[in-house]
Amino acid sequence: MVKKKHDVDVLEKCPTGIKGLDEITKGGLPKGRPTLICGSAGCGKTLFSMEFLMRGAMDYGEPGVFMTFEEAPEDLAKNFISLGFDLNDMTSRSLIATDHVYIERSEIEETGQYDLEGLFIRLGNAIDSIGAKRVVLDTIEALFSGLSNAAIIRAELRRLFHWLKDRGVTAIVTGESGEKTLTRYGLEEYVADCVILLDFRIEEQISTRRLRIVKYRGSSHGGDEYPFLIDESGLSILPITSLGLDYPVSTEHISTGVPKLDAMFDGKGFFRGSTILVSGTAGTGKTSMSATFADAACRRGERCLYFAFEESPSQIIRNMGSIGMDLARWVKKGLLRFHSARPSLYGLEMHLVTFHKVIDEFNPQVFIVDPISNLSAAGTASEVKSILTRLIDHLKMKKITTFLTDLTHFGGSLEHTSEEISSLIDTWLLLRDIELNGERNRGLYILKSRGMAHSNQIQEFLLTNSGIDLIDIYTGSGDVLTGSARTAQEAKEKASELTGRSEAERRLRAQKSKRKALETKIAALRAEFDAESEEMHLMTEEERKRKAVLAEDRLEMARLRRKEPSAPQAKRSKKKRERRVR
Amino acid sequence: MKAVSPGKGKKTKTDSTEEIWNLRLYVAGQTPKSITAFANLKKICDEHLAGKYRIEVIDLLKNPLLAKGDQIIAIPTLVRKLPEPIKKIIGDLANTERVLVGLDIRPVS
Repeated sequence: MVKKKHDVDVLEKCPTGIKGLDEITKGGLPKGRPTLICGSAGCGKTLFSMEFLMRGAMDYGEPGVFMTFEEAPEDLAKNFISLGFDLNDMTSRSLIATDHVYIERSEIEETGQYDLEGLFIRLGNAIDSIGAKRVVLDTIEALFSGLSNAAIIRAELRRLFHWLKDRGVTAIVTGESGEKTLTRYGLEEYVADCVILLDFRIEEQISTRRLRIVKYRGSSHGGDEYPFLIDESGLSILPITSLGLDYPVSTEHISTGVPKLDAMFDGKGFFRGSTILVSGTAGTGKTSMSATFADAACRRGERCLYFAFEESPSQIIRNMGSIGMDLARWVKKGLLRFHSARPSLYGLEMHLVTFHKVIDEFNPQVFIVDPISNLSAAGTASEVKSILTRLIDHLKMKKITTFLTDLTHFGGSLEHTSEEISSLIDTWLLLRDIELNGERNRGLYILKSRGMAHSNQIQEFLLTNSGIDLIDIYTGSGDVLTGSARTAQEAKEKASELTGRSEAERRLRAQKSKRKALETKIAALRAEFDAESEEMHLMTEEERKRKAVLAEDRLEMARLRRKEPSAPQAKRSKKKRERRVR
Repeated sequence: MKAVSPGKGKKTKTDSTEEIWNLRLYVAGQTPKSITAFANLKKICDEHLAGKYRIEVIDLLKNPLLAKGDQIIAIPTLVRKLPEPIKKIIGDLANTERVLVGLDIRPVS
């Protein structure tokens, strides 16, 4: 790699306009230099080159020359019209010039020295005729099979690439893969600036196209194998690398579509831009949850993209009609788009590319995949994880709220996703069957929800004809009951509560009257006591009076008898006497 | 050197044979290879096709558009326009044997 500062002034880049490629190459192909595109037959070399020219002519005002050594321009025109490229139209507007170089070995005899000046002249003429800035030679290797003097061809190729550089055109040269070398005839020797390898691989009967930048002199570039897709709008290449963890986050909440579920999330619902996973066994209502969320998004006027891997859009719409949801109107309004495909339809990378493509096209605020577990049909667990990681990063980058469902298999742990993506998930809802008393009921709880308070309660999850409803599960007396058992238990409790209450009232009444009776009794006793103490008082008073009278009598008596002052003895004896007298 | 018909036109006309060899030599400027090729060609023609050939030399530097029509990539290229089918020989025509084979000329006895 050349010194950084040279990057700025020396290495100008030529945007290809091919989706994704300019990001990987950080701007495009080296401007004014040849680039080698190599790969096996059918890997998309010609398409790549043609799109490079087409985009250059249409989007960047750079006309181009397509020199084909294999297919005739008429055939090319036919092939590319299906990809939306009208070659004939472009040619008539002098945006693209084609030249078919046809070399038939059997018609040509070689004798002595020659050079390929004829080719140079033709190419130069084509470039001058439209003022081309881009050139494609597809594939120049035909020279090797058409002519026998390899030494001359090699010398001339070297000259050709110098010549192309001198002309300042950005060129693409294609080459077929060789057994040990990148190209069969070692073209990479001549094109030293940028080499891109296209690959077409089949793993487990599923084909994936991949692209790799083998070298890019003077520029940094992504070094991974990038999956790419060929469809009706040409090539799409997907940057495989994870975007990292520096995405912006939102504190805005959006409704789940079920008010009671919102309540479980701090009353507000999910965070916008977060990743939500709903996992559960079959028939627990995952699709209904997804549809409800989609419905809520559309109600807010947001666009929602729904990837269905199990059902067709019309089937989902019909089924959701049964729980009172009219999704068809959102589809009609253009707010909701379904994308149904069997996961095994194509490879995982292809799915990822499709995700990206549709997301970029539709630009949704809400993205639903139902279910992600089906993706494992198209690849191994680690592949699925890497795909989902990249997808989720991409979605987070775009602040798209992602809603994924995951089908958990019976017998497996519920708190385990087959794709092992739990760490990527911000909010995880678990739907589960609760089997009790010959009934199967649905339960819902929040396994985790990053960054917000959330309920720890299991809620009973009901599908009614007006949508999803959540009911508090019966959790009294140490039991957890759902369904009719819950209803019965609740009724029982109500009844027993009623009887209990009247009993208490009766007791209260009895106690009251008893208290009254006692109080009366107390009053009576007190009255009696009062009466007694009054009598007592009277008696003591009488006694005191009587004593006073006696004392007076005695004094009187003593005074009367005039006795000597040895009073106490006399008193005692007198008392004795008095007692006797009594 | 454009469209040099080396004065053999008269001869072909006078010749009674219907078979006229119409040969076209593509060159790009007066390069040594082109000059050698032309000399070699003339020698062969004089030896084997005396009086019934016409050589047209086309300089692609002056008429670049003509290169496309005859599918010229190499220089020099000799094209046998007539008699049909079209045959091409590339190179400086140094090997007379090969030129004869390439042009499908039966050596004169």
